[in-house]
Amino acid sequence: MNSPLNDRKAALMGMGDSRLRKEDARFIQGKGNYVDDIKMPDMVYMDIVRSPVAHARIKKINKEAALAIPGVLAVLTADDLKPLKLHWMPTLAGDVQAVLADEKVHFQMQEVAVVIATERYIAADGVEAVSVEYEELTAVIDPFKALEKGAPVLREDLAGKTEGAHGKRYHHNHIFTWEAGDKAKADVAFSAAEVTVKQDMFYPRVHPCPLETCGCVASFDPVRGELTTFMTSQAPHVVRTVVSLLSGIAESKIRIVSPDIGGGFGNKVPVYPGYVCAIVASIVLGRPVKWIEDRVENISSTGFARDYHMTGELAATKAGKITGLRVNVIADHGAFDSCADPTKFPAGMFHIVSGSYDIPAAYCRVDGVYTNKAPGGVAYRCSFRVTEAVYLIERMVDVLAQDLKMDKAEIRSKNFIRKEQFPYTSAFGFEYDSGDYQGALDKVLNACDYKGLRVEQAAKRADPNSPTLMGIGLVSFTEVVGAGPSKMCDILGVGMFDSCEIRVHPTGSAIARMGTISTGQAHQTTYAQIIATELGLPSEVIQVEEGDTSTAPYGLGTYGSRSTPVAGAAIAMASRKIHAKAKKIAAHLLEVSENDLEWEIDRFKVKGQDAKFKTMKDIAWAAYNKPPAGMEPGLEAVHYYDPPNFTFPFGIYLCVVDIDKATGETKIRRFYALDDCGTRINPMIIEGQIHGGLTEGFAVAMGQQLTFDAQGNIQGNTLMDYFLPTFVETPKWETDFTVTPSPHHPIGAKGVAESPHVGSIPTFTSAVVDAFSHLGVAHMNMPHNAFRVWQQLQASGVKS
Amino acid sequence: MIPSVFEYHAPSTVSEALSLLGQYGDGAKLLAGGHSLLPMMKLRFAEPAHLIDLNKIRELSGIREEGGVIKIGAMTSETALIDSALLQKKIPLLVEAASLIADPQVRNRGTIGGDITHGDPGNDHPAITIALDAKFILVGPKGERTVAAGDFFLGTYMTDLQPEEILKEIHIKPFAPKTGSAYCKLKRKTGDFATAAAAVVLQMSGDVVSSARITLTNVGPIALHAQAAEQALVGKPLTDASIAAAAAAAMAICDPAEDLRGNIEYKTAMAGEMTKRAIRLAATRCK
Ligand SMILES: Cc1cc2nc3c(=O)[nH]c(=O)nc-3n(C[C@H](O)[C@H](O)[C@H](O)COP(=O)(O)OP(=O)(O)OC[C@H]3O[C@@H](n4cnc5c(N)ncnc54)[C@H](O)[C@@H]3O)c2cc1C
Repeated sequence: MNSPLNDRKAALMGMGDSRLRKEDARFIQGKGNYVDDIKMPDMVYMDIVRSPVAHARIKKINKEAALAIPGVLAVLTADDLKPLKLHWMPTLAGDVQAVLADEKVHFQMQEVAVVIATERYIAADGVEAVSVEYEELTAVIDPFKALEKGAPVLREDLAGKTEGAHGKRYHHNHIFTWEAGDKAKADVAFSAAEVTVKQDMFYPRVHPCPLETCGCVASFDPVRGELTTFMTSQAPHVVRTVVSLLSGIAESKIRIVSPDIGGGFGNKVPVYPGYVCAIVASIVLGRPVKWIEDRVENISSTGFARDYHMTGELAATKAGKITGLRVNVIADHGAFDSCADPTKFPAGMFHIVSGSYDIPAAYCRVDGVYTNKAPGGVAYRCSFRVTEAVYLIERMVDVLAQDLKMDKAEIRSKNFIRKEQFPYTSAFGFEYDSGDYQGALDKVLNACDYKGLRVEQAAKRADPNSPTLMGIGLVSFTEVVGAGPSKMCDILGVGMFDSCEIRVHPTGSAIARMGTISTGQAHQTTYAQIIATELGLPSEVIQVEEGDTSTAPYGLGTYGSRSTPVAGAAIAMASRKIHAKAKKIAAHLLEVSENDLEWEIDRFKVKGQDAKFKTMKDIAWAAYNKPPAGMEPGLEAVHYYDPPNFTFPFGIYLCVVDIDKATGETKIRRFYALDDCGTRINPMIIEGQIHGGLTEGFAVAMGQQLTFDAQGNIQGNTLMDYFLPTFVETPKWETDFTVTPSPHHPIGAKGVAESPHVGSIPTFTSAVVDAFSHLGVAHMNMPHNAFRVWQQLQASGVKS
Repeated sequence: MIPSVFEYHAPSTVSEALSLLGQYGDGAKLLAGGHSLLPMMKLRFAEPAHLIDLNKIRELSGIREEGGVIKIGAMTSETALIDSALLQKKIPLLVEAASLIADPQVRNRGTIGGDITHGDPGNDHPAITIALDAKFILVGPKGERTVAAGDFFLGTYMTDLQPEEILKEIHIKPFAPKTGSAYCKLKRKTGDFATAAAAVVLQMSGDVVSSARITLTNVGPIALHAQAAEQALVGKPLTDASIAAAAAAAMAICDPAEDLRGNIEYKTAMAGEMTKRAIRLAATRCK
């Protein structure tokens, strides 16, 4: 391309450009507009009375002392919500959840009552003045114990119900059984196998801990009968539908606004009791009601992640070719099944568990179980249990390699789905769209001098004076994101499409409105870049708006790395509708037929005649000024995109650790992350997303865990204990990429935000276990904090 | 995370503060940097009706050398300790320890006096001041009295400070020439308290250890003075064996509480490991 063309292209700052994030100016200057920044005239404040115990019957709730405090306006309990039938609410997973504890509490920190007061501090005093009499019951914390014969009935409201939302319940604390793959075929593979390995592993309960906690400002206008709620939601349109179904208010009279959101990671997908209570309180009082959680409430009661007890089995030949996979999971969902998976998938996309490998026979089974812990499960950059699945298969491949005394890289090469096998249908029925795993693996092994690292490791192991153990972790993961095709995926019956509406203004700038909502991903920046390239308008003059249900088209929101795969496709398709109309206008203006025109960066020109052209800007003006006879004026389009398939980003991660033999501290010496997310829209933002995801993965693998004592008291629910790494702890990240575009996506993009989280966690485990592998250790459960690693050092007899 | 109602007072002299303390008695709490007190108030573990803020009292902060003694005002911030050229030169252990406390936000507000009087065995200054054989100047309605650091800490959140008293100053002798010191602190992350930590002050004459002070943080109800560990070193050349013996003696007095940082066994072992590391590091600094 000659340079004027390059200049014109560069001026658009379209796809491939690392333009700066449009959002950052306001965030850096403290000019963001978060829910807690919203103040409304006459606004009052809500605070929540929470259960100090995990399992108890409520004997009595005494409100009088609280109501006597000047400024306390109301105290609401389940009994007050009952006449409105709002004391329980349906969950997105087909269960019901108590809005305020109804006769019984099911987990520590459960919502028992709310206090509304004229000031935030008075609301807190009111909470302290509410006294609740509890009769304690035996708490069940361990899901295996929950399934024992004589275990207490946790959900008395479901007593006697042998059918749940996802089929048979075989025990009173059982939620569902979900199976995928072919059990008989897998069993045959195992009985015929030369080698089999089996490993139990626990993926602990963790919490994404977004910097901004959850909250809302609910404002019901009794005169107009309209409800406006500003809310920390990753899916405002779905929330509007839920609120309408619950309250009976017409969807058209409900406005849900997600303003700036300070991190979501799936924690802000569910509809929480706090939202419902604030809305009810606003309807009751006729005043705006603000509710903002504190950190302890956020960590203790809102959507956690994982809590999967998994058993993996591989069958293989002696040469290391995997012939079968079986997986069994006990999934601890807590007190209510409030996951937010697509309706047909109570364990999400867990069946991506065959990973990047060509495994002919596979079967998995997941059993959901109730315990006396906070509800949740789908959160933390995990795209519907993909994190758990990737962890399992990557661990199992390492376990098999160790059993066969084979190198980790070699066994992966032996089992990869090869480039020429795509599109590839897995034993679980996914159709993998594209990939080049071996190419990516070779690139990483070369970049890190993998052979050299193994030589160094051998020398360290031979030296008794070495103060450290060295470990090398390797992972080759495949994700499934972009939910999803409506033939398979829906939430509450609404297909998981997403949407975009673009209006090009007369002077050649534009606004795009989307059904998604950024929680930090910089949609305002990247979405504009797609339009810039598609329409030839500079991204600088393209405004992107999302999150307000009164202005944006309906969409399913942002989670599961779906924004670019689904909404990004909607943008391209809407742009192409505009493009097609623009071409007609250009032909009219240039007085030629459409067939004589060609598109070049920002203009239509008459084929072969550089001087005869109309830019998109010219065309925009004409669209409002002199459209061709018979054509509607204006230049806008809407598109609802229903993806034909998921997308399958992948990556190869390598990590080197040095473990202090005396303290158990693990130093991450090197972490190399190669990601393939297909077409790259803004490389700088991709890098930022990867750094963030790797840092979260590091936190999960090395330090985060929500534990409970035998009575169900949650441990470590403040930031003093809960590990959020700062810059001091965070390793240096090295990133790399390959580009394998998705063949079915309009721009070839696959999604990236979750990959680094999903892929890095097993990499850290792989590295830590590798440091002990010569001592016969095949697996260690997370978190790999100093104390736990030190216990392994003791168990393995390592002397410092 | 919202405290209950309290009244706020901001006296500008010590005597004013003392009379407010006398007036409100048990219902009052002194406020220094607030980084221990305010979290407890927000959790409503502490609900003082009156907060007496010491931040406006000029005479309570600053570092000076007077009559061969370094005098540090109780309200001196951790950051001021770290930035003090005088301390860097004459009591580097204090600077090293202060740098390992929490994070910059906490160090900018948190004070040495608050860190000491809070009586938390997880705080670093108790072990440091014992290692330095510091003297605390307490002022009350009846005037001043002096207590040695080693006698001040009575139990978790319990000290010799009386309800009507204020800690005014910390007095420490500068290091004699060729004194080496080190503070080794194992923590899970920035902003965390020690899993275990050891402070060592060492003097060598030739190859032989002529004096040693060893103290431990967060492995007992109060900061521990490991005297048997000191005896394992003094009068002998520093060898792997003597260092191991000192570490074993330090571990023998540990009585840590199990928490998410580790169990008793781990914390005790880490106290030993930190002791070893601090002895070795201090020895390299005896120059
Ligand atoms: C995240 C975090 C991490 C931390 N990590 C560490 C750490 O690793 N090591 C460490 O040592 N500390 C740590 N701390 C505690 C911190 O150093 C506190 O600042 C210190 O413990 C208390 O000092 P303050 O000036 O903030 O006192 P305040 O919190 O204001 O007061 C503490 C107590 O001392 C009393 N008091 C204060 N000054 C006086 C005085 N002059 N006379 C009499 N009584 C007085 C108060 O009444 C109160 O009871 C941490 C704190 C936080 C928030």
